[in-house]
Amino acid sequence: MAVRILIPTPLRPYAGRNEAVELEAATVGEALARLVEQFGELRRHLYADSGRLRSFVNVYVNDEDIRYLKQEQTPLRDGDVISIVPSIAGGRGACHDRIACRASD
Amino acid sequence: MLRLSAELAARIREHARQAYPEECCGALLGQEGPDGRQVVAVLPLENTRTDARRNRFLVDAAGVLAAEREAARRGLTLLGWYHSHPDAPARPSAYDCEHAWPWYSYVIVSVQQGQPAALTSWRLQEDRAAFVSEPVTEAAVAVG
Repeated sequence: MAVRILIPTPLRPYAGRNEAVELEAATVGEALARLVEQFGELRRHLYADSGRLRSFVNVYVNDEDIRYLKQEQTPLRDGDVISIVPSIAGGRGACHDRIACRASD
Repeated sequence: MLRLSAELAARIREHARQAYPEECCGALLGQEGPDGRQVVAVLPLENTRTDARRNRFLVDAAGVLAAEREAARRGLTLLGWYHSHPDAPARPSAYDCEHAWPWYSYVIVSVQQGQPAALTSWRLQEDRAAFVSEPVTEAAVAVG
């Protein structure tokens, strides 16, 4: 199925600066796999080491969140639009959290 | 380099003060140019966490989409996000790092005993291993 994946702003530098990528796929999982095959630098930002989508990566087919469909097995039709939408999360964490930062060069 | 006016920095600090002892969050809207990023507007947002609001924040997908629409409406770019660290330094935590997106500027304001203090900005390192500090300039807007 010919589908379009909309790339959110923070990931465009890793997707050839494209706002959208057109590709062929039968399911959402297949579409995302083909996306990261084409643009390898996207992988670490979309997927955890476990191979699962990171929890703050939301994926929609047209206007529907795939969590309420068939997750990455959600089937696609010609002309479907897949949107990758961030959630933004963070926080000071527990007092024993290691601090993950370094000064700019 | 992240530039924001003293007025916008004050708005972020006031949001953080009002939210204390919970974390506040919001969006940074502005423009990116060869000299860095200029924050033109801040958009306070709801912390959609239902638990752990004293040390966690969440802008859900709907909030992100709303911030993007507002940026587009104003002809601006969604540059990043701000949040507060109640009674903790304005430095990113491991949790901040795990959940960060590249490209965005992440402003953190420390609130100590209810009083807003340091305001810093950070960008996720390319390998996601850590943040790199982003110099922040707080300045009054030039007039004339």
